[in-house]
Amino acid sequence: MIKAILIFNNHGKPRLSKFYEHYTEDTEQQIIRETFHLVSKRDENVCNFLEGGMLIGGSDYKLIYRHYATLYFVFCVDSSESELGILDLIQVFVETLDKCFENVCELDLIFHVDKVHNILAEMVMGGMVLETNMNEIITQVDAQNKMEKAETFIFQSTRQDR
Amino acid sequence: MALKIVKGSIDRMFDKNLQDLVRGIRNHKEDEAKYISTCIDEIKQELKQDNIAVKANAVCKLTYLQMLGYDVSWAAFNIVEVMSSSKFTYKRIGYLAASQCFHESTDVIMLTTNQIRKDLSSPNQYDTGVALTGLSCFVTPDLARDLANDIMTLMSHTKPYIRKKAVLIMYKVFLKYPESLRPAFPRLKEKLEDPDPGVQSAAVNVICELARRNPKNYLSLAPLFFKLMTSSTNNWVLIKIIKLFGALTPLEPRLGKKLIEPLTNLIHSTSAMSLLYECVNTVIAVLISLSSGMPNHSASIQLCVQKLRILIEDSDQNLKYLGLLAMSKILKTHPKSVQSHKDLILQCLDDKDESIRLRALDLLYGMVSKKNLMEIVKKLMLHVDKAEGTTYRDELLTKIIDICSQSNYQYITNFEWYISILVELTRLEGTRHGHLIASQMLDVAIRVKAIRVFAVAQMATLLDNAHLLTGNMQRNGICEVLYAAAWICGEFSEHLENPMQTLEAMLRPKVATLPGHIQAVYVQNAAKLFATVLKSQEGNTDSTAAQETSQLMIDRLPLFVQSANLEVQERASCILQLVKYIQKLQQKDVEVAEEVTALFAGELNPVAPKAQKKVPVPEGLDLDAWINEPPSESESEDEQPKAIFAKEEPKHSRPRHTEVDEKELARRREARKQEQANNPFYIKASPSSQKVYQEAPGVEHIPVVQIDLSVPLKVPGLPMSDQYVKLEEERRQKARADKKKKEKKKRKEKHSGRGKKHDSGPESEEDIAPAHQVDIVTEEMPENALPSDDDDKDPNDPHKALDIDLDKPLADSEKLPVRSHRAAEALKSPAEDGETENAASQEPKKKSSKEKREKKKDKDRERKKSKEEKKKKKKHKHEEKEEDLLGGQADESVVQSDETSMVAEPPTSTSAEVSDLDFWLSNAPVPSNTQEAVTVAAAAEAAPEPEAPSGAAPDSEPDEPKDTEMEETKSSKHKKKKQKKEKEEKEKKKKKKHHHHHHHSDGGGEESVQNGTVEEEEPLPPMSNYCLLAENSYIKMVYDIQGNLQDGSQVVVSVIFENKCDSFLKSMEFNVLDSLNSKLQRPEGSGPHDGLTVPFQLPPGVSNEARFVFTVQSIVMSQKLKGTLTFIVKNEDSSTHEKLDFKLHFTCTSYLITTPCYSDAFAKLLESGDLKGSSVRLEGVNMPFHHLLARICFHHHFSVVERIDSCASMYSRSIQGHHVCLLVKTSGQTVCIDAKCDEPTLLGNVLDEIKQTFSQC
Repeated sequence: MIKAILIFNNHGKPRLSKFYEHYTEDTEQQIIRETFHLVSKRDENVCNFLEGGMLIGGSDYKLIYRHYATLYFVFCVDSSESELGILDLIQVFVETLDKCFENVCELDLIFHVDKVHNILAEMVMGGMVLETNMNEIITQVDAQNKMEKAETFIFQSTRQDR
Repeated sequence: MALKIVKGSIDRMFDKNLQDLVRGIRNHKEDEAKYISTCIDEIKQELKQDNIAVKANAVCKLTYLQMLGYDVSWAAFNIVEVMSSSKFTYKRIGYLAASQCFHESTDVIMLTTNQIRKDLSSPNQYDTGVALTGLSCFVTPDLARDLANDIMTLMSHTKPYIRKKAVLIMYKVFLKYPESLRPAFPRLKEKLEDPDPGVQSAAVNVICELARRNPKNYLSLAPLFFKLMTSSTNNWVLIKIIKLFGALTPLEPRLGKKLIEPLTNLIHSTSAMSLLYECVNTVIAVLISLSSGMPNHSASIQLCVQKLRILIEDSDQNLKYLGLLAMSKILKTHPKSVQSHKDLILQCLDDKDESIRLRALDLLYGMVSKKNLMEIVKKLMLHVDKAEGTTYRDELLTKIIDICSQSNYQYITNFEWYISILVELTRLEGTRHGHLIASQMLDVAIRVKAIRVFAVAQMATLLDNAHLLTGNMQRNGICEVLYAAAWICGEFSEHLENPMQTLEAMLRPKVATLPGHIQAVYVQNAAKLFATVLKSQEGNTDSTAAQETSQLMIDRLPLFVQSANLEVQERASCILQLVKYIQKLQQKDVEVAEEVTALFAGELNPVAPKAQKKVPVPEGLDLDAWINEPPSESESEDEQPKAIFAKEEPKHSRPRHTEVDEKELARRREARKQEQANNPFYIKASPSSQKVYQEAPGVEHIPVVQIDLSVPLKVPGLPMSDQYVKLEEERRQKARADKKKKEKKKRKEKHSGRGKKHDSGPESEEDIAPAHQVDIVTEEMPENALPSDDDDKDPNDPHKALDIDLDKPLADSEKLPVRSHRAAEALKSPAEDGETENAASQEPKKKSSKEKREKKKDKDRERKKSKEEKKKKKKHKHEEKEEDLLGGQADESVVQSDETSMVAEPPTSTSAEVSDLDFWLSNAPVPSNTQEAVTVAAAAEAAPEPEAPSGAAPDSEPDEPKDTEMEETKSSKHKKKKQKKEKEEKEKKKKKKHHHHHHHSDGGGEESVQNGTVEEEEPLPPMSNYCLLAENSYIKMVYDIQGNLQDGSQVVVSVIFENKCDSFLKSMEFNVLDSLNSKLQRPEGSGPHDGLTVPFQLPPGVSNEARFVFTVQSIVMSQKLKGTLTFIVKNEDSSTHEKLDFKLHFTCTSYLITTPCYSDAFAKLLESGDLKGSSVRLEGVNMPFHHLLARICFHHHFSVVERIDSCASMYSRSIQGHHVCLLVKTSGQTVCIDAKCDEPTLLGNVLDEIKQTFSQC
């Protein structure tokens, strides 16, 4: 099970937080801070696994993260997930973002966090991996966006009619 | 109107959208909070508008603010509004917001049920998808219960996109609503073979997640997963399955054997590191589970270790980390193979990456030996000095202690060295683990007698230099060490060199700044020391020294008497009084030392941590019973003490406390408080105690300058552990040299030079003798404590509720709740949707009856394991039923041959799932006689068919009372084969029963009976549990009683009616006189004395079986019920009423249900201590042991847990959940049965019945 997925930048500013278990807003912020603290002090080219987050999980849980340019992608998972598998999943996630936003950068995530959530929802559901095939994810995301566009188009056209 | 709309849309244009909000926040870096609060005000305004677009926009912004840590739960209702929008765009926004901020205690969630249900059945797949995604985040027990059936329907949706989401969310539903697991499981299982890989992967995901927590319930799926593993190419799925197997193998070693080969192949062939790693992991799990007896066992280990070494040596830190992680798993069982890579692991200790260092540390634990312990610890001590972060340093500290103390200090050869290491560790600043060091010191000092002198000296130095440890005690856990030091010095004070000095150190005013519990120990041990000092001083002629010591105590102790800590205060005042008294005696020149030391005489032995738990509760002791009268009205006894004495009549101890309800208690408490408040003599809780404390000239007021020492001081007199390493090295060298000399001598004698090589080699473990003879005192355990320990599970674990037997057939009561109104459905036009819905709502019902049938068929199908695939197909494809129908008649003859072969064959197995699994697992060849095997296979194919037609019947009339399907089956059969002699029929039935039971006896994992050895042991004679109920010239009735698995208060009586005359028997009515305890279950509306109509007629010479359900209350005693059967005998010309009386005997055995039990669970049960014992001895039993066991299993519904030679443990459970455990031992013709049960009466009766069974034969 995945317990939480966090994206924050090099300064610890949250760009996306998805908790698959309920915490209060305060605890969530604490977790983000703690995770950032743990992750940010690690050098490049050390391993991507980290134990010992106090607030989230416990002994069974691990933080698995990747650092891309200005952003950290952190997954908090328990022992039923394969460590390397989750690393691959992060890669798939980032590549999917890249495809959907066309050369994704931090700004895309800042201004379109809802879209990022929608993409993530096609990959992970309720803490379990739903889909790992990037093409399938993109197809579904596109189809939904198309629906959304169609709806706004209808909306606008009805307005114009009147 | 138009104007309004235009106005509305213009307003909307000026609304901030999410991007504007983000931009705004970024532009207000200095006063972000203020800006956001104005934004929230705006959002509140927006939410008040009717326009759903505006609301959705506001909710979208709230979702963003939620991420920044703002509580947005106040908008929960608006979120629900947006969720219920008909537009997908808004719906998605609503569900996203809900998934981010709803949780179980959000009250508006209960408003969403219908909306979600509507969305789930929406024709638009993305509406459904969005609802499922949202629901996965905020599903509550209520939602799970209400929507389980809808989601289950979606699992068979036409779109794979919906199917996979529905499958995945089922896990969440199971967690919140465990009752749904069993009804939903068959379909979930089907999804493992879904054509869409995504759905398949989701199903694997869910089952893996379930199985991880309760693996044993999923063992029967192993063949299916095995097939998936060998066929799937999706690495995700493979990884999950392989991980699942890792969890299953510990339960079933045979599975491991089967896995090794394909896994090894995967290891060799795969290019994906993730897959390779998981394979290695599971192979390790397999190897751990296989304790021995694998021929290429070591080869597999070697392969794993070698692959892991490659990982560890890889430049990729991730692989290095994982390699070490997996290595630590091997370490537990195969330390030797890991030890050969010590170099590599020590190297990892120097890695710059903390994660890797921690992993390497874990491994070190298993690397140590007597030889290298000191060297490794020395290295670790260096790391301790270098370490920066406290986390890593603390980790190092615990590891050092772990390594040294492991397996009862097995590797420590020199305890002086260890003590000095511990002392050195006390110099760590800011560690959290002071108590750990302290407990080690205590443990070593107590248990290693030889070290006490040394330890006491060290501890005395520590106490002397206590100021170094307590220097900055606010953030320092290390002062805990003083606790140990004080105790050791006190307890073993006879070893102190200068007890007076230590006593003084313990009574320094500074001590009062230590935490209370440590002060308490100080005070108590100061008293012990005092005793020792007195003893030594009284020996001298000068009595003034002793008096001075007393004076010292009297001077210093008042400081502790004033302590705010109750414990310290109490002990100090006690001891102060004691010393004052001693002083008085001393002034009178009385020798007191002897008596004072007697106060502290006696050795304290260590007590095992589990000792308390293991103390068996003495018979007759009820810990829940009140030991005295429960608090009653006269509670404020301090007010009216007379009442106690005035009451002259003896208070007979009432065993149970009369329940006083919570309200009443609260009321009384309130009244008492009131009373106390008004009572001037009652001392109220107030801060006054603190005042008292402050008035005294306490040390608190003396300003203490804290000196922060960044460099740990070398304490004079404290030994450096290094010095011991050197000493030890020298000692060993010397020992070696001695040995060499000896050998030289020997060699000289022998004149052979071969020993030289031997010398240069590294010394082996045994060569190192411990420095001093160490006597490690073992921990004390209570007498008759049971060995082996049980790991306590977390009772709050939500997965505990999911520990559900999935192979059991579904009961009607387990159906998922189906909503009764389906208004929404009628609106939906797509026909297929409605169809799936309908099909689904019927599905659970069908399933349940189908599975019941399945179970019955099993009886026929046993020992036809040779074609388990066939069975599987049957289970999954209903369509095949039709084929079966066609083939049924043609195969009839084969059925007969099947029956004949049955007699010859020894019984082997069991209910479908388990037999499948057993067959799949055992690679043993099927019966040696191939001819027979073929017929059996053929017969097997045919076997289910005769029952198939009846199988279709109950669907049309699902509400038929009780188990009439069975009779139907029988009667239809009879019509077909009227010629068949009923005797044969009966025999067959017996056989069925017999097999059925025998299976269970094996289910517990007793292999020897099950697979291999069957041929060796002679076949069992046919057995039957049916005994005569009553007989006359017309009819004969035999009966058997079985407990009802589903209901703890029901037993089912199966009666076979046999027509013995030439006439037709009809209108049979079965009636029983109910007793208080047992009642015949009659259909609703009938009176308590009405009879039950037997649902068939009997033509001449035919027999048939009917079942009657009885409800029983107490099951501890056997009992008899009187009854009557009335029937009409019809000839061609006349008909007469006849009646037959009978007595139904409900034995205690009939309340037992064969329940398989694993040996570990069995051991736990015995260990639990709440079972009462009893035993019985059977003389002159003349039958092979396995017959004996089979008889007990068969007649008394037990199952074999484990069998070793002529000893077997057996288990059964009553319908009311009593555990009955037997230990059967045989020697010669005597059989001894020791039994345990939580209900002694029941046990006694069962044993009597067993005895009777064997006295008859």
